[in-house]
Amino acid sequence: MAVSASPIGQPLDRVDGRLKVTGRAPYAFEHRTPQPAAYGFILGATVAKGRITTIDSTAAEKAPGVLLVMTHRNAPKQAPFGPPTVPTNRFQRARPYLADDRVRHWGEPVALVVAETFEAARHAASLVEVSYAAEDKKIGLREHLSEAWAPPKIQVGLKTDTSIGDFEAAFASGEVTVDAEYHVAQQHHMALEPHASIASWEGDALTLVTATQVVSSARACVAATLEMPKEKVRIVSPYVGGGFGGKLGVRADALLSAFAARALGRPVKVAQTRQQIFYVAGHRAESIQRIRLSAGKDGRLTGVSHDVVMQNCPTEDYAEQTAAQTRSLYGAPSIRTTHRLVNLDMQGGEPVRAPGEAPGMLALESAIDELAVKLGMDPVELRILNDVQTDPEKKVPFSSRRFVECLREGARRFGWADRPMRPRQRREGSTLIGYGVSAAMRPNYINAATAHASVSPDRKATIRIDMTDIGTGTYTILTQVAAETLGLPTKDVTVLLGDSLYPQSPGAGGSWGAASSATATLEACRALKAKMDAANEPVALEATGSVKAMKDNPDYKNFAQYCFGAHFAEVAVDEDTGEIRLRRMLGVFSAGRILNAKTARSQLIGGMIWGVSSALFEEAANDARFGHVANGDLAEYHVAAHADVPNVDAVFLDDRDDKANPLGAKGIGELGICGAGGSIANAVFNATGVRARTFPITLDSVIA
Amino acid sequence: MTPFTYERAASPEAAAKAVAERPDAKFVAGGTNLVDLMKLGVEKPTHLVDVSRLKLGGIEETPEGGLKIGAQVKNSDLAADPMVRRRYPLLSRALLAGASGQLRNAASTGGNLLQRTRCPYFSNVAMPCNKRAPGSGCSALGGFNRNLAVLAASEACIATHPSDMAVAMAALDARVHTVTGAGEARTIPLADFYRAPGEDPRRETTLGHGELIAAVTLPPPPKGRQVYRKVRDRASYAFALVSVAAVVDGEGGEVRTSRLALGGVAHKPWRAVEAEKALTGARADGEAFAEAADAAMKDARGYGHNDFKIELAKRTIRRTLADAAGRAA
Repeated sequence: MAVSASPIGQPLDRVDGRLKVTGRAPYAFEHRTPQPAAYGFILGATVAKGRITTIDSTAAEKAPGVLLVMTHRNAPKQAPFGPPTVPTNRFQRARPYLADDRVRHWGEPVALVVAETFEAARHAASLVEVSYAAEDKKIGLREHLSEAWAPPKIQVGLKTDTSIGDFEAAFASGEVTVDAEYHVAQQHHMALEPHASIASWEGDALTLVTATQVVSSARACVAATLEMPKEKVRIVSPYVGGGFGGKLGVRADALLSAFAARALGRPVKVAQTRQQIFYVAGHRAESIQRIRLSAGKDGRLTGVSHDVVMQNCPTEDYAEQTAAQTRSLYGAPSIRTTHRLVNLDMQGGEPVRAPGEAPGMLALESAIDELAVKLGMDPVELRILNDVQTDPEKKVPFSSRRFVECLREGARRFGWADRPMRPRQRREGSTLIGYGVSAAMRPNYINAATAHASVSPDRKATIRIDMTDIGTGTYTILTQVAAETLGLPTKDVTVLLGDSLYPQSPGAGGSWGAASSATATLEACRALKAKMDAANEPVALEATGSVKAMKDNPDYKNFAQYCFGAHFAEVAVDEDTGEIRLRRMLGVFSAGRILNAKTARSQLIGGMIWGVSSALFEEAANDARFGHVANGDLAEYHVAAHADVPNVDAVFLDDRDDKANPLGAKGIGELGICGAGGSIANAVFNATGVRARTFPITLDSVIA
Repeated sequence: MTPFTYERAASPEAAAKAVAERPDAKFVAGGTNLVDLMKLGVEKPTHLVDVSRLKLGGIEETPEGGLKIGAQVKNSDLAADPMVRRRYPLLSRALLAGASGQLRNAASTGGNLLQRTRCPYFSNVAMPCNKRAPGSGCSALGGFNRNLAVLAASEACIATHPSDMAVAMAALDARVHTVTGAGEARTIPLADFYRAPGEDPRRETTLGHGELIAAVTLPPPPKGRQVYRKVRDRASYAFALVSVAAVVDGEGGEVRTSRLALGGVAHKPWRAVEAEKALTGARADGEAFAEAADAAMKDARGYGHNDFKIELAKRTIRRTLADAAGRAA
């Protein structure tokens, strides 16, 4: 068989696809253990704040099949959590569970019941009687806005507040201005695979099979919590059913299974139920965002301001970088941004797909549309007019910025010229049709990674790296990079991932996974190829290769590195009922070299669908009386169903960014959601004349 | 899940007897609702009598020109049945608007009628709920009640009945045929089958303990065009915010007869009798449909989040009546 000249970029089917569809790719809960595993079930607190006064586990302990009831009374000694200030890596800090009698939020684990079967454990958990001394709690972002405080920094080490120029003066003298407040609901990751782990001990060494995005963080966290050497912890996570940020760290299932397995001397499995995931797996914090824009009558922005207030929890600070993209997306002589937190007695915010951009661009891209309407300008042209080639804040050039091309190409393909110019202009019977556009923008990251490449005498290659494939296609792209670099057919390359025995990667998160692990694989394979070429006869050979973190790469200081795109959406709104249905959506993206045309498109489409979902459906309803999520299951917390996304397409500009890495590839996993919901909101306005500033946009806001 | 024992009944009578003899026993068929609630600790039967293999299937014409539907006919099969599709398209469309393909393949006709009412506080055992724990209070009052009832709710309970199928059956004057625990046959018009919550919302139907649904019969289809319209927060796999089943005989521009039933607004599938009265003899036009909608929602009351459902229901009724009459709204 001829070797394809360039496997990189080909729409190769997932190399693990067959295993997955035939059920032979085991997810964490499905792994076999050397001895039969016992099953643990987590019992969550039913107060939002307070102290456990008594726990009566007598009935549970007597229930059939029960092996252990673990509470704060008999949990192992653990390292303390520490102050709310987050250390360098929040996912590597100790995360004690059942460590004391305090309850910090509804659903916090208060017991783990372990039994011979999952059903027995779950039933016995219902027999544990826990009494609490409940304390006054704070729930409700809007009700506590007066308590907002400024964190020292926001996520990824960015400044909390920024200001260039004199925004207030620009706004006061703006010929056309927008001043609007947007509200984005608390939203959850809801990966298809619930968080799950199996812990087994051999002497003082722990093997933890768990669903994680970052093997090295999982290892560090477990070791720190149990105060044991990292070398004694092995993390195994070969297949992960979605992460979206929710599996950047390990959760109660991982640590509690480890505690219980050690106490019982046999493997213990713990999975979270879908309902539990609403409380102990992180969420995107609710935000209230005020955006002010000023522009001349010609549409040139003179001022941009973005103020964000978000929910936080008292125990661990998390300030999502929600206004960060506003510092770099459009050029204006004055730009100011602020981030504030309000501490509430709930679990804290955490990274959820495109932290910052996803909620921030919902607001910003709606506001830009509001400005276009006030100006009477084509919103595509308004965005093009305010494009910049130098980062307004960092004052460095963009490594590559083809935002205008994305807008132009998208407009052409979508038929934007044929759009309804005014709200309620186009109708089909009682259905109103609207078009909307929005920008996409997402920073490009790379982090330190090392890969190991080996080849056997019969020229079969194996790549080893602790990178995870969370459903994105990592196995496949690394196969392609290795095959091309080694000059082997893809079928002769085996990629092994998700094991702490392998060289360290930054894992899958922040859209840095592909660039980091593929560059390390490229370097390892280049080194191996040199050895292969030098060898006179077929022998077994191996090599390693690495990539440096961006902090050590001047191209990430001298250039602003981002991916760009443009979303176009057509919605239909039923004039009688207010039902909003997406008809079609197109995203055009400039995102560096595409390593696999098929899996990349799937990533972008997935992100766009999530953008639709966050704009139209997703909202956790916090009940301030109890502090719980009232709609905490997937029947009530809606995500987009198939019927909601009839026609979604993503197109890439032919691109390569030589400042990003030797492959010219950039991170794409989160780009699709960035701004996507804005095109929906803007299309709803174009259809109906109703400007919805509260997300999700539900039918009652249209017919109100 | 509370541990339970399980048996497969040999006959409808034996099944009814087996449940009647044990206060904590329940029937199980498709299990799509009961098993979920058992996992959540909401339902705690200690004995299940499986009726899914009883010879209670089959869809056949009745001598008077109606249809007899066995209680164990699956929702998918009922929706796809050629007689149903031709003569009772309302029922077929309502079924297909409900749940998902997988659930419809498992769910039975009898089980669909017997779905528990829905409320996010009912399904969470940590919450006070009069339906689950009598006297503990209704958490949905003053809580998250976006999808809860606006008609005939009580201070004790504002849960909604989730079935689409039952809304169509209410409009079609279905009758439910049962076998009681004592082995006797009983026929209950659907209008008398469900209870309003009142002071005691624990029970949703008038069935006795151990009374098993054997079949549902439909009288010959009413004259006029049948339309089912379900309004929901997403395009599929969501419970109705409001659904409307309408049959209008408006030939010649005058409404001779009409049927109107609503879903998603009450503790039971809601037959809008007042609206039907208002329509009889009226001109089949937007004004009459608006009057009918007002009549249907005359006694509606919102509880905060669900206030919008009153206006939404009126709009959906107007539109659906117009569609059924082949007129503009």
